[in-house]
Formats: sequence, C-alpha cells, structure tokens
Amino acid sequence: MQKVRILIAKPGLDGHDRGAKFVARALQEKGYEVIYTGIRQTPLQIALAAVQEDVDFVGLSLLSGAHNELFPKVVEELHNAGADDIIVFGGGVIPQSDIEFLKSKGIKAIFGPGTSIKTIVDFIENESKSRNSKIS
Amino acid sequence: MGESGYKNWQEKTLIPYIKKNPTRKEKFKTSSYLDVKDLYIDSDVENYEQNLGYPGQYPFTRGPYPTMYRGQFWTMRQYAGFGTAKESNERYKYLLRQGQTGLSVAFDLPTQIGYDSDSPMSEGEVGKVGVAIDTIDDMETLFRDIPLDKVSTSMTINATAFILLAMYIVVGKKQGVDKKLLRGTIQNDILKEYIARGTYIYPPKPSMRIITDIFDYCAKEVPKWNTISISGYHIREAGSTAVQEVAFTLADGIEYVKSAIEKGLNVDEFAGRLSFFFNAHNDILEEVAKFRAARRMWAKIMKERFKAKNEKSLMLRFHTQTGGSTLTAQQPENNIIRVTLQALAAVLGGTQSLHTNSMDEALALPTEKSVRIALRTQQIIAYESGVANVVDPLGGSYYIESLTDTIEKKAWEYINKIDELGGMVAAIEQGFVQKEIQESAYQYQMDIENKERIIVGVNSFQIEEEPPKDLLKVDPTLRGEQIKNLQRVKSQRDNSKVLNNLKLLKEVAQSNENIMPVVIECVENYATLQEIADTLRQEFGEYKESVVI
Amino acid sequence: MSQSQEIQKLVDGVLNKKTRYIAKAISFVENSDYKTKKSFLKTIFSYTGKAKVVGITGSPGAGKSTITDKLIKAFRDDNKSVAVLAIDPSSPFTKGALLGDRIRMQNHTTDPFVYVRSMASRGALGGLSETTKDALKVLDAAGFDIIIIETVGVGQNEIDIVKIADCVVLVFAPGFGDEIQAMKAGVMEIADIYVVNKADRDFSQKLFKEISDIVNLSQKQPKPPVLKTIATNTFKESAVESLKKEIVNYLDHIETSSHLAKKRQLFIESELIDTITKIMIDKLLSDQNVKSFFDNKTIAQIYNKELNFYTIIDKIVEAI
Repeated sequence: MQKVRILIAKPGLDGHDRGAKFVARALQEKGYEVIYTGIRQTPLQIALAAVQEDVDFVGLSLLSGAHNELFPKVVEELHNAGADDIIVFGGGVIPQSDIEFLKSKGIKAIFGPGTSIKTIVDFIENESKSRNSKIS
Repeated sequence: MGESGYKNWQEKTLIPYIKKNPTRKEKFKTSSYLDVKDLYIDSDVENYEQNLGYPGQYPFTRGPYPTMYRGQFWTMRQYAGFGTAKESNERYKYLLRQGQTGLSVAFDLPTQIGYDSDSPMSEGEVGKVGVAIDTIDDMETLFRDIPLDKVSTSMTINATAFILLAMYIVVGKKQGVDKKLLRGTIQNDILKEYIARGTYIYPPKPSMRIITDIFDYCAKEVPKWNTISISGYHIREAGSTAVQEVAFTLADGIEYVKSAIEKGLNVDEFAGRLSFFFNAHNDILEEVAKFRAARRMWAKIMKERFKAKNEKSLMLRFHTQTGGSTLTAQQPENNIIRVTLQALAAVLGGTQSLHTNSMDEALALPTEKSVRIALRTQQIIAYESGVANVVDPLGGSYYIESLTDTIEKKAWEYINKIDELGGMVAAIEQGFVQKEIQESAYQYQMDIENKERIIVGVNSFQIEEEPPKDLLKVDPTLRGEQIKNLQRVKSQRDNSKVLNNLKLLKEVAQSNENIMPVVIECVENYATLQEIADTLRQEFGEYKESVVI
Repeated sequence: MSQSQEIQKLVDGVLNKKTRYIAKAISFVENSDYKTKKSFLKTIFSYTGKAKVVGITGSPGAGKSTITDKLIKAFRDDNKSVAVLAIDPSSPFTKGALLGDRIRMQNHTTDPFVYVRSMASRGALGGLSETTKDALKVLDAAGFDIIIIETVGVGQNEIDIVKIADCVVLVFAPGFGDEIQAMKAGVMEIADIYVVNKADRDFSQKLFKEISDIVNLSQKQPKPPVLKTIATNTFKESAVESLKKEIVNYLDHIETSSHLAKKRQLFIESELIDTITKIMIDKLLSDQNVKSFFDNKTIAQIYNKELNFYTIIDKIVEAI
C-alpha cells in the first residue's frame, strides 16, 4: 500500500497556525498521511524532517511576509540534502506579484487567501500521479 | 404582546405566508451558530427592565460611561508600523495629521519574540509585520518629534512588553516627560499567545510573574498606563465563535487578576487599568450583543468573585479591531464595505477605541491611501451617521437583549468548565481551549468549502481579476541597514555597564524583586532587546507549544 | 538499474547511515509486500541485533512525546545515537493520518545522530503498524544505539509493543485516560518501568500510590520501578534523567542475566508466526480454488441458509 505523505510546516517566526492546521486536517480527511511540525521552524529543520519522513510533498504556510526569503531557503536545504524530488508548495499572505519569483525558486504552487481545499487536493493528486517510483 | 399574541401571529399570519413564500433556509443561525428565531418579542427576554440597566452603572451592559460618545468619540487608533523606525515615524506623523487621535505601534516578529535583527532567527522577518526595534536608539527614532505627554500610545507587544515599556519610559525621560504623565497601553497578554498567536517566549509561570511585576510597577510609577489589553481578537481570528471569544478572554482576565492578587496586590490598585481588546466580526448584531454580554459578565466577575470595591475596577473598557480574517484577496474593494459594517458594530457595541483594517490587508500592509480610507470610515461613522449621538442605541431591542443573554449564558458554561479544569493555565496546558477553537475553525472553513457560508467574491460572485497593483512592499535590504545601525550602537556604548546591568537582571530574575527598574537601566545603557530577553531565557527557559490539531 | 542493483544501493545507503537512504528504506518496507521486500530484508538481517529497543506507551495525553524528546537528549548526552519511530493511528474512515508526535522532538532534527520517523498504523490494531518491525530492522542495521518506539497503549488491544521492545515504559498522567481501567484490564503486567508524568498536578500522588501498590503485587523479577516525572515544556530538570538511568540499568541487567536473549528469542518466535501467518493468508486468498468460496453469491447463500457455514469451512480446508 503506497500512501502519499505530506509535511505541513511553518517556517520563520509567524505563529498564526489556523490555516496550516486546517489544511493538515483536511488532507488527512482526504486519506493522506500528514506530518505537522508546528510553528517556529527553521528552513533546515523543515527540510531535514521532510527527508527523514520521506514525504512526497512539503506544504509551507507563512503570513508574516517573509516568504520570499524563507520558502526558497527550504527548497535550497532540500536540495542540499539530496531531496530535489520532494515537491514544495506554499500558502499564506502572499501577493500574486511574488508568485513568479517563488516558482522560479522551485516552489511548485502557491495557494493564496481564498483557495479551496479542493484546489490543493487536485494539485496533490495530479502531482502524485507523475511522481517516480519510490525506490529510485 | 406576549406568548399568546406571538403564537397567534405564527398561526394566522406567518405559517400561511411561508406556505406560499418559503424562507431562504429552514433554520437561521448567527455566525457563531446560535439560533435566530422567526421573531423576537418581549417574552424572549428575561427580566427585561432589570437586566437593561443604565450606562455608567453596574453592571454596565449599556456602556461604561453615562454619556458615551456624546462626551467624546472613541479613540481612532490605527495599528501601524513596518520597516525601520524612521519609516514608521513618518507614518505616525501622517496619521496624526490626518486626524488619528492615538498611536498604535506594530512591532516586527523578531522584536516580539526577543531576537535582534542580526539573529539568524530573524532572517526574512526584519521589519515585515511591524517596526524593528533592537535598542533604545530605534525607539527614540520611532517617536522623534512626537511629544509623549500629548499622545497616548498603544503597543502591541507581549512577551517582550516589559522591555518596550521600559524603552518608552526612557524615551519619555529623554524628552523631559515624567513617567507619571505617560498614557498608553501594552498588550502584555501572554495567555492568548499560548492559545492563538504564538509569539510567546517563556513558560506560563515566569510570564505571569513578569506581567504582575508590570501591574505593580505601573500602579505606583506610571499610573495613567493601561498595563494589559486582555485580548479576544486573536482568539476569534484563530477561528473561535463569538461565545468562545468572550469566554476565553474573560477567563484569561480571571487568571491575571488571580495571579496579581496572589502576588499580594490589592485588586482595586490595578484592576482599573486592565483593558480589553475584541474582534468586530461580520454578524454585526451578534457582535453588538457580544460586547454587551462581555461588559455585564466582567462587572459581575470583578464584584462577586474578586470583591472589587472601586467602580473603575468593574468597568470593562475595550479596544476593537475589525476582523482581519474576514478580508478577501478577491475584489479587495469589497473589504471597505466589510470593515464599515464591522466598525459600525463596534460603535453600536460601545467600544472605547477602534482600528479599522485597510482593504488591501489580505495581501500586504496598507498603503497610505488605503489606510486613509480606513480612517475615513471611522470619521464618517462618527460625524455623518448619527449613531454616536445616542447612547447604546440598540439597547432594548428584543433581539439584542435576548442575544446578549444567550451569549452570556453560554460563556458562563465555558468559564465554569475552565474553573473545573483548574484555571486558564491548566486548561491551556491540557489543550482544552485550543481544541474548542480548532473545532470551530474547522467547522467555519468546511462551511465555506460547502457553501453553507457565503463569502462574496470568494465562493460566490467571483470575477476574473487582475492581481492588485501598488501593494506596500517592505524593502528587503532593510535587515542589512538595521544590522549596521545595531553594530554602531553596540560599538559606541559602554559595554561593561551593559554587562553589569545584565548580571543584575539575572539576579533579580532569580529573586522575588520587581524586574522593571533594572530593565529600565539595561535599556538606558543601550542593552539590546535580545540581550535582555536571552538573560531571562536562561533563567526561565522557553515554552514549547502543546499542539492540538 | 535492475531491481537487485537498486536494492543493493538501498542497503549500502542504510549501512552507511545516509539519512535519505534510511528514510527511503523505511518507506520501501512500509509500502511493499513481502515478496518485494524479501531480498532487502534478507540482506540487512545479519546487520541487525545490536540496537536496544525501548518502548514508550500509555494513554494519549500522558506526555509520551515530551518524555521521548527529553530521553533523546539524555541518551545523546551519553553519546548514544537515537532513532525514534512514533506511531499514531490512521483514521478508520478516511484511511489518512495526522502525525503530530514529531513536533515535540523537532529540536533534535538537525542532530545527525538522531532520526525521527512518524508511522501511521494503517489499520493495524495493537498499537503498531504491520511494518513497524521491518522499519525497526532498517534502523538497527543503520547502526543506531537506541531505538525508541512511541505508541499509544491503553487497553488490552494495544500491547504489540511487548513483542518488540527490550524495555517497555508505561506512562501515566493524572486526569488522563482510564488509569484504573487499564490496571483492571491487565495492561499493567506488560511494563518494565512505570512512569507517573505531570507529577506536579493534583491527584498525581494518589495515582503514584495506586500504581506502586499494584506493581508491588507483581510477580516480575526484578520488581519494576515506579518513577515520577514532570516532562512538561519547561527546560529544567524533569527527572527524565532518572528515567534514562532506570532504562539503562534494566537493559544492562537483562543482558547480563541472559534475560535479554530469552526475550529476543520470544520476539523472533512471535514475528515468525506473524509473518508466516500473513504470507499464508495472502497466499490462500489469492488461490483461485479458495477465492471462489468468498464470492458474494456464496456468502448470500450462507445468509439465506441455503448453504451451511460449517460445510463451507470444511470445503475450504479441503481445498488448501
């Protein structure tokens, strides 16, 4: 039985976790295994946790405006750990004008304010289908 | 009227009408899931005459003051702050010129959590959600040309409130203003940080010690200062219902008063300077009832539970902010309307001071233009709508009185449960409070997903739109600047003095002495925020969240 | 790359303690059926057996994760490498899982000598997942000194931990769960060390006495110790240091008294039975002759009493 595993994390100092907790819980209700690592995590902690948990996705939530600095940092740390295959997505208070930059830095999708959970689940379903077998 | 008239109306008029013209829904509920009947009449309110009461008289349901806005308008106090102290100073002066009557300072996350701008934990965060303050040097810049004897300043700061208060006092001193004249508020409400906001540092016991030290110090030295703003705003933003917002906020208040009394303070010494901070959410009539219920309950708590004698100790005075989480990124102009309704609710509910959100805040900090519109919203309500000419205008409405009673009743249930668990600190450690909020938040969001709850522009009435232009951006090179300045200050100060001060702080922390005097000394000698916060980290340890998902 | 080359790569990565490979290996054994993972497990088998396994179990809310976090630190102070498997139940309805134990151990994430992995039970009862034992072997082969398995255990149903842990620690906290019920249900017999956590709370002294009384009646030798801890969020001395000492004492004791060898052999026996049982059942249910008895028509006929339940059983046994 192969299960999609997703890490939900909050990088930086922002403590507003309502959104992260909702997404974590809603994804669990859709049948995924979700690891939630709480608030106040450094990009390194998030990346190493993702590697240890061998997740397919990392979802980052941030509402303090530090996304342009911290989201790419997470991608960088995943790269340093040899885990480029882990797909990173994010959400929070992120203006559309920043999305292009974030995507260029390796964040696959940004789910801004007002996104429905269906959009996120569809994204995960689609991306999971095209992921390679786990052993390689 | 009465029950029989009502039943008659139902039978003869309502039900036949509904047969031909069905209602939009079978059941109607408030935003917080309280039932809304088909009609409210006198028999829906118990003890109508008694419970109504009078403004300025116990239990203050109709307002803390007899004249309310006929005496003076609520303080128009827009929360602001970003980037460097210099930029924020410009914004404060702009707002004061535009007619704002009080300052409200937003600090960045590193400042709130006790990190300097050069700490690795501050990466990406410096100046983003508020102004960066590393030393008294920044604080002086923040209030340059702003006379502290002429303005009242509210500072949204919690775990490090003791440090920022010390800095404010020293800035006043440098301006020649005696601390006995300083007016303002520090939020200083750590319990809600554990519950909903997350900018805590130390565990509950030492945090309560710091907070009650501030109560004690200000009662004697800074008598016009509001030492705490017991907050429900964030609890509501985390997804609670209106009932939970009232219940958990008042339960926090109970815990603070308890702690202060256990420390040996006399309740009437400090209780008059406790203030509150609530959310103004979408269901405006429910919000009005909520504010009134809160006032009535707190008066009863202070009188019956804590035996306060002074009238001032029984009055719940509050600041309101319109609900940030109700703002949408889609069709942002709609937010102006939302904020207007929410601000109206706060005014009808008798708030003492008000912050109105700007329309672009779902995506960024407000621009000058959007914050001006937010301020004008308050001014138009005050000067053009007429509601400020009447005291408690909705008082006496069957619906409002019934709803006030219902919210009060349900909130008492929560408070009793929390008492059973051993008080708020215990309830938080056991995750009870967080769990209740989680469930409400989840329900609220699922209702949106299922379209049980309509958000105009988001799950209905959507349009194709261009992303908004001209959002405020915080200069990313700011951190570098701030660090340079910090290094300059550190190189120019007397380091041996600072070391001695910090050593003394450590000793005072280990004892029972009030920490404020030595913190003021540290600050005066240019000790940094983090140096002070870290000294206490070593003594008190750091709090780790008990997570409830 | 061929299957066997890929497996070898995985094995090498694990033996060389490369985190990414350890993680991938655990996923591999978690997701694969026996046939697929057989050769991998066979290859690493000779590298297993060195790690000491500590089980932490108790009611939800008793503070197991916080205690585990402090234990990691205590063992690290002794220069031991530590791996943790934190097991949480999957939802029987959605089949998903929300795994939050790791939050309390996150400050160890950047320590290269600590590895934490969350596992969902995926429908297994007993407190562990079906593949926990396999994941354990991966961590063992990777050379971790101590492997902590943290899981919920309240009733008689959730005691699989005793089949794989060298030392079982049972954590109680006042006001949580059904301590008295648990004692009556016999779960009390399973532990080697008892801990009353949140010892600063009301009623903890009463709980401590109740547990101490019951343990005194136990036949176990040596008598399991009962400890008090306050492993809450403060950083100061939480008495978990003493817990670590008791664990180490216990492990040393059973090793020198060859009790450990006995335990481990019982584990092997039980795992042998479980594994064979699973293989046989899978084999059985995929056998065409047998499968035919499980179709809806047959079941309906049994329900309608057109066929006799027990006759069908005889027929299946014959077909095997």
